[in-house]
Amino acid sequence: MTPVTVIDYGVGNLLSVGRALSHCGAEVVFCSDPEGVVKAERLILPGVGAFAKGMAELDKRGLIPALREVAERGVPLLGICLGMQLLLETSDEFGTHTGLGLIPGRVVAIPPQGIDGSRHAIPHIGWNNLLLPGHRQGWKGSILERLPHGESVYFVHSFTAVPADPLHRLADCHYNGLVISAAIARDNLSGCQFHPEKSGERGLDILRAFLAL
Amino acid sequence: MENVRLIARLDIKAPNLVKGVQLEGLRKLGSPNDFAREYYRQGIDEILYMDIVASLYERNSILSLVEAATAEVFVPITVGGGIRSVFDVAKALRAGADKVAINTAAIKRPELLTEIARHFGSQCMVLSIEAKSTTPGRWEAYFDNGREHTGKDAVAWAREGEALGAGEILLTSVDHEGMAAGMDIALIRAVREAVTIPVIASGGVGSVDHLEAAVRKGGVRAVAMAHTLHYRHQSVGEIRAEAIRRGLNVRQVA
Repeated sequence: MTPVTVIDYGVGNLLSVGRALSHCGAEVVFCSDPEGVVKAERLILPGVGAFAKGMAELDKRGLIPALREVAERGVPLLGICLGMQLLLETSDEFGTHTGLGLIPGRVVAIPPQGIDGSRHAIPHIGWNNLLLPGHRQGWKGSILERLPHGESVYFVHSFTAVPADPLHRLADCHYNGLVISAAIARDNLSGCQFHPEKSGERGLDILRAFLAL
Repeated sequence: MENVRLIARLDIKAPNLVKGVQLEGLRKLGSPNDFAREYYRQGIDEILYMDIVASLYERNSILSLVEAATAEVFVPITVGGGIRSVFDVAKALRAGADKVAINTAAIKRPELLTEIARHFGSQCMVLSIEAKSTTPGRWEAYFDNGREHTGKDAVAWAREGEALGAGEILLTSVDHEGMAAGMDIALIRAVREAVTIPVIASGGVGSVDHLEAAVRKGGVRAVAMAHTLHYRHQSVGEIRAEAIRRGLNVRQVA
């Protein structure tokens, strides 16, 4: 069994993430203190809700330096939804807020209109297809390596990550003609805007790939 | 664009899955989680657990059902019925629900929608509207499984609900529910055009024709189904394959 530490910082429900990981054969530990995070061999940063609250909750528990340290040391870390957005430098959600800054870039609101000017529903809720960004040959060596191109996964979000370096875009999806960052990656750090724990069997394949990284 | 969501709706009178006609005359069909597990295996996109009795005792039993389901069902789960407070939402989310659907409590105290959205985010706040036709082109919102009047216009209530913080609307046509004879397309279209948040159309799906009409004519990207799935008229896989054949943009499940 692969040990994995899920960071519990009071933001959203961890049960689903934990259960999906257990189902994939992981030995799941929930942890909310910096000592546990620093010792972890593999980390998941989940999270649902507002960016500023997420950072405040991490800060309150002294987790920000711990996360920066493990990220630096090369420990595999997967951010999910808000957890992915927190990996970036700043967010515009309800004012400008500083993130963990582990991947250069910012988090912005999904524009209310598509490129043709037509409006679309916000939040972006539902199953959308994962697409390979132009610069990538494939997903080998990443959390998406077990997925065929174009598989659908489940999204729920109103804000979206914009990595400064397009090479950090692992997968995109299209929403009313807008290109939205679905997954990002930089060295040992990965993030998915969608919820792998709620994306059926293909989502579980993503978690299995993360456990094997 | 995101795929059209195929959603299974489980109306529950704990411990049983039940199904009625126009939300009345309930028949017991079996264990809700047996159905949920089967729909997950068939590739459902999302599951609604609706407690239609919603006494305190029943609510705790529906949450234990949801908690058990999340160990083997890895798609989004919405819980509705009897949720009256931020505390009730916290309990539902802790049991593994991703979203809550609220009808009665929001009608009695609309600011509850705002409180929930502020605490947990609007993405988990689904406003459930049970609509009955009054005159052509007008619908009234009901509660208590279509039995109690609210005096609220369903379309105006949808708009108000969005402004108060709802992230999604579950729109049930009481007139069409359980009939498997087609959806109330005029209602769906009216609500869809009134709000920018996603609308889940519910009530009346008996065939892929009905699903297609809700998407193409009603303009929604999510359809809830009960009768046609529970009575095994069609499997999720068959519905999905037929939807794809007709060029509807649904998720492809390998």
